[in-house]
Amino acid sequence: MKPTPSFNRSLWVYHLNSGSCNGCEIEIVAALAPRYDPERFGVKLVGSPRHADALLVTGPVPNKMKERVLRIMEQTPDPKVVICVGTCGESGGVYYDSYSLAGPIDDVIPVDIYVSGCPPRPEAILHGVVKAIEKLEQLQGGAT
Amino acid sequence: MIEQLGGFLYVVLGTIFVALFGIGFGLGVLGVDRKLTAHMQARIGPPLRQPFIDIRKLLLKENIIPENAISWLFNAAPVFALAASVTILLYLPIGGLPPVLGVYGDIILIMYLLTVPALAMVTGGFASGSPYATVGAQREMITMMAYELPLATVFIALAWRLARAGVQDPFSLASLTSTPIWSVAGPLGIIGALILLIVLIFVTPGELSRVPFDTPEAETELAGGLMVEYSGKNLAMFYLAQGVKSVAMASVIVALFLPWGLSEFVPGIPALGILLDFLWYIVKVLAVLFVSVSLIRVAMARFRISQVVTMYWIYLGGLGILGLTLLFLDSLGGV
Repeated sequence: MKPTPSFNRSLWVYHLNSGSCNGCEIEIVAALAPRYDPERFGVKLVGSPRHADALLVTGPVPNKMKERVLRIMEQTPDPKVVICVGTCGESGGVYYDSYSLAGPIDDVIPVDIYVSGCPPRPEAILHGVVKAIEKLEQLQGGAT
Repeated sequence: MIEQLGGFLYVVLGTIFVALFGIGFGLGVLGVDRKLTAHMQARIGPPLRQPFIDIRKLLLKENIIPENAISWLFNAAPVFALAASVTILLYLPIGGLPPVLGVYGDIILIMYLLTVPALAMVTGGFASGSPYATVGAQREMITMMAYELPLATVFIALAWRLARAGVQDPFSLASLTSTPIWSVAGPLGIIGALILLIVLIFVTPGELSRVPFDTPEAETELAGGLMVEYSGKNLAMFYLAQGVKSVAMASVIVALFLPWGLSEFVPGIPALGILLDFLWYIVKVLAVLFVSVSLIRVAMARFRISQVVTMYWIYLGGLGILGLTLLFLDSLGGV
């Protein structure tokens, strides 16, 4: 089947917490609440990586979490994007020199979109999701 | 021979029409439900065609079959669910049109057919080999056993009252729709029938696994439950089945309790009558689903599985028996 730009109106997001402090989680929930209402663009939080188009990864990935992050990445059907939310995922944040880190997220899985902030504001997270949709369309070679 | 061929063609074309209508209208109904729910939660909500976009996207996605799944069963379950949901519609009157297979089945058959999509989902859940899906499948079976009692009570009470009123063949949908319960029952019976309508409205979310009876699919505890391992094309088929099943369940309520048409207001123009009846039927289905799915979904939180059973067996079962008793007393009062 020829790819169509369907993702821009139906992006299902799976939230993966890899050792985050819950700050980013609270902001993600704020972004999903009625004030910003991402469902009007078809964005939906799903409970299983099998249903997801985008992985919203938070936290600096501790050693124990590395395997799980890889496994969830493999469980997500293609085409998919990975959005890294928060400073921890980008650089390790305040845990940057900890003995128990498997590195920031992009040492473990390829990341497409980075959303900075500790924690990032809901607007920033939504902006990241919009960027993810653009990336997915590029991956499909679909709409401009 | 020619007649047989004509009948055969009628059934085949009717089935294709009903399947297309059921899938299209089912997705539309899901979109309306999401929009209304969003408005009730002070949100704007997705556009009405959102389910169509979702389906198109799901068809583009990779279709993963887990390593420890029984693959043929895992792939067959969504097909069964969709096919069974469409089959229910074949036995139900759509608008003023008689059911395609109306001669071959009655309300008892529909009661059994309603369990088939749920059974297909249970099979798919067990076949996917995930512990989450297994727990979801067990919960779905318990829910199924729980709502069967009130559902059967409603069907039997109505058909029995019609039989007492001297209606021939009270279980067939033709007689259930041509003589609505309101026209044969007295004051006591009308109260009883209203109670039965309430029971049926509360059975609907259980039948469709929607809040507050969505314990088998609980997103927060079971990560999607039965559906947890499904992706891509298979998930899209379950999505379609959900829409068709919503239409089927609403059509059952419409056929039993709100069967009136508009065609008698435009005598002499059969085409206009059919069209009016059809639009009126769509309005009725949307109204029924608004009350039984959207309104209940917004107003209530999810029940635990033990509460689901108590709710259906004790409270709604009790209400059903009360309705049945009222209809019985009504029939004693003079037929």
